[in-house]
Amino acid sequence: MSHIENTETHNQSLISRLQSFIKNGNGNIVRLLTAVIVIFTLLSMARPETFLTIRNMQSMAFQASEIGILTIAIMVTMLSGGIDLAIVSTASLSGIIAGMILTSMVPPESSAGTVALGLVLAILAALIIGVVCGAFSGYLVAVWEMPAILATLGTSLLYKGLGTAITGGVTVFGITESQFIGNGEVLGIPFPLILLLIVSIITGIILSRTRFGINLYMLGTNPTAARFSGIDNRRVLIYSYIISGVLSAIAGIIILGRTNAMNVDFGASYVLLAILIAVLGDVDPYGGSGNVIGVLLALVAMQFLSTGFNMLLYKSSGANFFKEFAWGALLIIVLIVNHFSDKRRTMRIS
Amino acid sequence: MTEELLQVNNISKNFAGVQALEGVSFTISRGEIRCLVGENGSGKSTLIKIIAGVYQPSKGEIAFHGKLQGNIRPRNALDAGIQVIYQDFSLFPNLTAAENIALNYQLSRNKKFVNWREVHAIAAEAIKLIEVDLDLDAIVGEMSVADKQLIAISRALLQNAQLIIMDEPTTALTQREIEALFYVIRNLKEKGISILFVSHKLSEVQEIADNIMILRNGIKVADGVSDEFDLAKLAYFMTGREITESSFVYDPAGKSPISILTVKNLTLPGRFFNISFDLKQGEILGIAGLLGSGRTDLALALFGIKPAKSGEVSIEGQQVHIRNIQDAMRFKIGYVPEDRLTEGLFLKQSIGRNTIIRILDRAIGWLGLISPKKFKEQIAIWVKRLRIKTNDPGLPVASLSGGNQQRVVLGKWLASNPKVLILNGPTVGVDIGSKMELHELIKELARKGLGTLILSDDLPELMHTCNRILLMRNGRIVEEFTTGDITEQELNQKITESIA
Amino acid sequence: MFRQLFRKHEFFIAIILIVISLTIGLINPRFFSLANVFSLLRRATIMGIFSMGVLIVLISGGIDVSFTGIAIFSMYTTVSILVARDFQGSIFLPFIISGLLGLILGLINGVIIGVFKLPTLIVTLGTLSLYRGAMLFFVGSNYYNQAELPVAIKEFARASVFTVETSSGKTGLHPTFFILAFLGFIVWYVLKYTMLGRSFYAMGGDRESAERAGFNILRTQLIIYGFAGLLSGIGGMIVGALFRQANPFSIVGTELDIIAAAVLGGASIAGGRGSVIGTLLGVVLITIAKNSLVLLGIPSEWQRVIVGFFILLGTAIPMVQSLVVQRRLAMQRDEIPVTS
Repeated sequence: MSHIENTETHNQSLISRLQSFIKNGNGNIVRLLTAVIVIFTLLSMARPETFLTIRNMQSMAFQASEIGILTIAIMVTMLSGGIDLAIVSTASLSGIIAGMILTSMVPPESSAGTVALGLVLAILAALIIGVVCGAFSGYLVAVWEMPAILATLGTSLLYKGLGTAITGGVTVFGITESQFIGNGEVLGIPFPLILLLIVSIITGIILSRTRFGINLYMLGTNPTAARFSGIDNRRVLIYSYIISGVLSAIAGIIILGRTNAMNVDFGASYVLLAILIAVLGDVDPYGGSGNVIGVLLALVAMQFLSTGFNMLLYKSSGANFFKEFAWGALLIIVLIVNHFSDKRRTMRIS
Repeated sequence: MTEELLQVNNISKNFAGVQALEGVSFTISRGEIRCLVGENGSGKSTLIKIIAGVYQPSKGEIAFHGKLQGNIRPRNALDAGIQVIYQDFSLFPNLTAAENIALNYQLSRNKKFVNWREVHAIAAEAIKLIEVDLDLDAIVGEMSVADKQLIAISRALLQNAQLIIMDEPTTALTQREIEALFYVIRNLKEKGISILFVSHKLSEVQEIADNIMILRNGIKVADGVSDEFDLAKLAYFMTGREITESSFVYDPAGKSPISILTVKNLTLPGRFFNISFDLKQGEILGIAGLLGSGRTDLALALFGIKPAKSGEVSIEGQQVHIRNIQDAMRFKIGYVPEDRLTEGLFLKQSIGRNTIIRILDRAIGWLGLISPKKFKEQIAIWVKRLRIKTNDPGLPVASLSGGNQQRVVLGKWLASNPKVLILNGPTVGVDIGSKMELHELIKELARKGLGTLILSDDLPELMHTCNRILLMRNGRIVEEFTTGDITEQELNQKITESIA
Repeated sequence: MFRQLFRKHEFFIAIILIVISLTIGLINPRFFSLANVFSLLRRATIMGIFSMGVLIVLISGGIDVSFTGIAIFSMYTTVSILVARDFQGSIFLPFIISGLLGLILGLINGVIIGVFKLPTLIVTLGTLSLYRGAMLFFVGSNYYNQAELPVAIKEFARASVFTVETSSGKTGLHPTFFILAFLGFIVWYVLKYTMLGRSFYAMGGDRESAERAGFNILRTQLIIYGFAGLLSGIGGMIVGALFRQANPFSIVGTELDIIAAAVLGGASIAGGRGSVIGTLLGVVLITIAKNSLVLLGIPSEWQRVIVGFFILLGTAIPMVQSLVVQRRLAMQRDEIPVTS
């Protein structure tokens, strides 16, 4: 056991509070925040005329929101020590169903009532699809005790397959009114961003302020001890995959709204990106630690970088390809940096 | 002294300013069984690892076969015939027993190819050396702990082991398996192989050792022939204080104390049969018996993990059905599992969360959400009540010592106000000082009315803490004793007599 | 006897495979036509070569999803170099270059995983993106069609042994089948009869024990990921040749099918388990699921559903097996005479 420094619990100065904040495993948040500020400053200096504009901020917010929600979805399952590789399939299946309902229920020039009813039903159906998809993955992981990677790999193919089978492989469209969800603004704030913030706050509260949330962290740390502590592991696991499914469905609705078109193969790279942001945000791939704030900071950092690449490479057509390269490189670098800082942390404990 | 196999001279070791070992010297001769005794954190593991070449000493020197060694690498120790059997045995659960035994040997001979007939022959030869019988084709992951240990020993012997270091070899063994292990060890001794037996179970040490040395805080505090020590002396050297433990006196509050847990004809086929007993308020009831006697199965059934098939369970006279853990919790039954690290604790999580995970309800405030303020209050209450020694309950529970960790596990259940608490091996791996304190805590709780069941291999523990002891054998309760009426030796005899 | 067989995962897969083949064959005899069998084997060969690398990685306790990225990088880069130099030589050079590129990228995986002891799924997700992005950005993103490919590759694509005349034209077994057979034999031999192969199992069973036993984990991991990379490079070249085009956007996305095949064949994602025979059976099963269900009248859109179902099935088999074993153990305990 190490020698623990004697910290005065009362009368803490701001600095010592910050120190204990960092010591209790929040060092990464500080690192991320620093990274965000540095990238922001650099980009603002390099391209003030394009980067520091409201239009740019808005367009970044539009891009980041759906991937942000998907990342929070995958994070919830990573906390349990699992992973939900079916997030994108769930999102596209939900989007497809919502799109089909909209196009069949709301023909052009329908009355406002029909439109509203159609929208409500479509969104409801998408969310239910999310619940069902999540519950099925969760059932396989929790009750059949399948390794999460395989179970969700299987379900992701399954859901994608269902999407193909239902649509016959063709693209499904939305309606003009549903575009607000993906493209609308409220007081200049992009609507998807508002959804992301609501999702973040609710998920954050569920994770840190409910019994389910704390049980989820405990389960992710040590499932056996969780069981012996009377935590109903199966239920917690299934709930975590249901949350992931619902959040994926929300992302699916946003994507449908933004692109007004949905097909099964949309956003295949999003799974990787979501894992990348989660790991960057200090979600432990082995389970038990990570939080929404870290994920959001990582999301902002990633979005700044993407935008930065686009601005710096705007002359070449390969900006997207370079992004793919840079994301991969970034993930590896972050893993390596975390590896060294974890080593320091564990050395202090033992 | 005959031939000196290992000489350790004045070894010291620093870890980032922490003095783990200071000036430790000793020798091991051919065919000597030497026991290394010490509490957790006394430097035992560090010493083993230095001998095995895993760590380098900060000061001092080591000689193998009379030859002074420079920097010892693991390879050098192996070449000198020094083999360490770690607590987890370092086996491969996915491979067969034969391959597990032969693999290291083949590796050390720089084999590039595998001849399966040869693997079998080598393994068969190796288990003949220790005169045991094992199914060599079985997958190791499906074998018992005792068998795994035998595999680890035969593997060590194959590599021409002259000194086998065993790190807490009896932790997961039953009394009978321990006897079998001691038989093997004595056999090895006759063949001229030396053993360094590392343990903190004093009675075992006394039984098997030729010589005993005791470490405390990294310093060797005693070293001598086994006969020179008795249990009290060993305990004194280990802890540095005289330990006298009073036995538990059950004092029924009224004339007829209520039965808190009544079990009638409880049966789980293949595990236990027709178990009936009555636990009164404030009683501490011990359950003795070998591993495999069904006692852990009984505890798991009462806690709803492996529910019983037939029979009745009543809590305070009310019949209840325990089908899962959630039922058991509703009826206020708590269970402290056997293996603290894997079943009891969330090592990466904070001390606070570990302590109050069962009572998150009490921290609920506004809108049904957990209030951080109440959360902290609850943690503060329990850390204080359990006397957990920490400056910051926000630190990971892994930062605590064994005894304090066990307090956290105990506290997790005490916090939920149980009526019945089942303790399975409550002080396994806890150093002797904390052990006494934990015993006092258990007795104190009983005096407040808690009904306690203790399952333990540690007979002195049962004798000191329980007022009654049930003896289980082959899944049945065969006898019941009042602790005052029986001595430890008699109990030990009763437990082991069924073997013949 | 039955008990022995029951413990073998391969046994189940073989039975499923036979049942499915017979069912399809009975309903639509075209399934057993040489043309169809050869075409299935051709597809299975590509998957099979990748699956050998995947298998070794799984046995050692890792999971590699970057191999498709390595394959496309190696193939596309090789073709780009050869086209730029107007290559006219034999087919060996393209394979050697592609294999070497694969080896290098595999070794990079190995270094990152081995030196820093990082979770393999996440590392290889990262390198998948890294390799493909690097290829698309630095090498190029244009498609080479058949006319642009080097002559040797075009000729190789047409190569065939056992050419058979059928009503619908000439068909035959492509020689790459023998490359797979050769590789399969080598991997089987290494896994079963060399210390190197046993070290993969040992590592997958218990990494720390393997380290203590004196296995050089870093070296082993470099060999594993290097070899998987080499196979990916060769496999990538075969894909390019058989499809007669170098499409930088192909291959990536099929990695899960191949991992699924290995898992279906009994490889454990937790490590320490898996066999060449089982994996190849799994490959054939997935190939049939993807290509032959149409013969049963199942619409092709349902193909993915079926593949997903097979993955779940393959994962469920070991669970069911362990359940049965547990139940049998419990029954045996009932038979212990109880004395009191």
